[in-house]
Amino acid sequence: MDKQTLHINPVTRIEGHARITIELNEQGSVQNATFHVNEFRGFEKFCEGRMYTEMPTITPRICGICPTSHTLASVKACEMIQGIQPTYTAHLLRKLMHIGQNLSSHALSFFHLSAPDLLLGFDSDPIKRNIVGLAEANPDLALKGIRLRKFGQELSERITGKKIHIKGIVPGGMAFPLTEDNRKALLHWIPEALETVNTGLSIIKCFHEEHAEMVQSFATAPTLYMGTVGPDGTHELYDGKLRFVDAEGAILEDQIEPQSYLNYIAERSVNWSYLKYPYYKPLGIEHGIYRVGPLARLNIANRMKTPLAQQEFERFKKINGGKPVHGTFYYHYARLIEALNDIEEAEKILNDPKVTSLHIQHHGQWNYEEGIGSSEAPRGTLFHHYITDETGKLKKINLLIATGQNNPSMNRSILDVAKQYIRSEQLSEGMLNRVEAAIRCYDPCLSCSTHAIGTMPMIIELKNNKGALIQKIERT
Amino acid sequence: MKNRKKIATVWLGGCSGCHMSFLDIDERILDIIQLADIVKSPIVDQKEFPYVDLALVEGSVTCDEHLAEIKNIRAKSKMLIAFGDCAVMTNVTGMRNYFPLNEVLDTSYVNAISNDEGGESPSHPCLMKLNDKAVPLQEVVTVDFVIPGCPPDADTIFYVLQEFLNDRTPNLSTAHKLKYG
Ligand code: SF4
Repeated sequence: MDKQTLHINPVTRIEGHARITIELNEQGSVQNATFHVNEFRGFEKFCEGRMYTEMPTITPRICGICPTSHTLASVKACEMIQGIQPTYTAHLLRKLMHIGQNLSSHALSFFHLSAPDLLLGFDSDPIKRNIVGLAEANPDLALKGIRLRKFGQELSERITGKKIHIKGIVPGGMAFPLTEDNRKALLHWIPEALETVNTGLSIIKCFHEEHAEMVQSFATAPTLYMGTVGPDGTHELYDGKLRFVDAEGAILEDQIEPQSYLNYIAERSVNWSYLKYPYYKPLGIEHGIYRVGPLARLNIANRMKTPLAQQEFERFKKINGGKPVHGTFYYHYARLIEALNDIEEAEKILNDPKVTSLHIQHHGQWNYEEGIGSSEAPRGTLFHHYITDETGKLKKINLLIATGQNNPSMNRSILDVAKQYIRSEQLSEGMLNRVEAAIRCYDPCLSCSTHAIGTMPMIIELKNNKGALIQKIERT
Repeated sequence: MKNRKKIATVWLGGCSGCHMSFLDIDERILDIIQLADIVKSPIVDQKEFPYVDLALVEGSVTCDEHLAEIKNIRAKSKMLIAFGDCAVMTNVTGMRNYFPLNEVLDTSYVNAISNDEGGESPSHPCLMKLNDKAVPLQEVVTVDFVIPGCPPDADTIFYVLQEFLNDRTPNLSTAHKLKYG
């Protein structure tokens, strides 16, 4: 038999942006599986020659789901170039907006994307298996999810006047203050938001109980984890130092300055994807696969910042006896624990008497050639690295993005699944399901790469090495 | 329900921000689905692009696959709307147009500071082939209506949909948040 190649072409969920190729050897068993990302816009090149101060406005356009994380990483790099720090109140306002984005992204992922599967069933009618179908089956819950996302978006809108690609985060601080009316309006949301996240938590916990076997055995390949923590290892999204832990939970690196990321992370470009392969440098590309995002952040943290989130975190830690939780299905749980933390922290910040202060900006100027900033996007750690000339013009830009860092483990999950379910040149429906499930767990954002909602109808084509179609199966 | 309309939302070379702004209509999405079915979108599952009354298309045409896709969408849509600045005039997606494509690719894939020794620009036959320049929709198909903005404001999006779904032509000169950028 000739060497063969399977192409999986996901149609809706990451449409036009990604596909999978599975190569079979002469014996018909799986030799290789690759996830090709089809998305490229070239920010690193076209920003060259622009003023570094433009970057907080240009780079949010990398991604419409986590624009605020990009703005923050970008503005921190600018502040390193100027050698200044934002004011206390500016920090508070930035934190609020960053919390808002994390909350709205997690609400989208859970209520719009996952809840239809969890509540209507993985095998329910695909046409209904979305937020619209959920609105028909359980209008109250759909509305709650929509409103939780709305609260997240309002945290930005009530400060800057915009929900997406916000303006006003500038080197040295903020261009807009928070008014007292808006502060009150935001505080008003807290009880409803808490109730919604608690509803989400009971849905996922109930699902864990009813489908224990599936949840515990689903895509459990161990990896390293990386994310941001506070000085004592507390969970952190906005600002802090990096920590790497290994698959057993041992700390490999701690309190690393994000500015020294190049000592710990390297990446390889490959000709089959627009997404690179980052890895933990000391262990090399083979063994240095690490994951980022909500599951990683909980796996590396010692504790959460806020009391209710801490209670859930303690339950989360029991899943694997205090060691990192590898089961990819637990990403959902991790997102909801973070959402709880977001709301409690937002309430605390909104009650800080200085949050409405007008002292929101330091004025700085170009002082240093190089600036590096990082932040925790909903899907993981993000780095912006700028090198300028003495007039402030950008000479070189490097961007290391959250989903990119999950790319190696996504590929490995696909290969594992393919090896387990493909025995010969015959394709099966079960294999489609499993591959789809493996990718979805990572909630890949391939526009930052691309994020998507709903399930993935797929086409898999099995072709021989001369390109002739042997078999094609479709699932809609 | 003979007058129920069909809507598609599509995502080409953009950042998904326009789609997120569509979701920012929040509870009003329930009003939309009273009047129409969202038959093809990142938020619903549908494999083939069906015949629709309204197609909202985010992003520029940046590669061979986008070109084929937008032509298919054009053929199957009564009303094709360029949705957001990238679709209307390429915006950030078109900023690479000032440089030769191979330089743009090499900057990201061969010469990145964080790269290890083995750097190669993507070129696999399985991947889409980037066009030299990203172009706005109207350069390759006829566009019936535009909603500018980066992203367009949710109120404007809702207003436009509501007008079209009620067989009226939206008047954007009265939409107070209409803007580029
Ligand atoms: S117009 Fe703006 S929000 Fe819309 S896709 Fe383009 S960059 Fe994103």
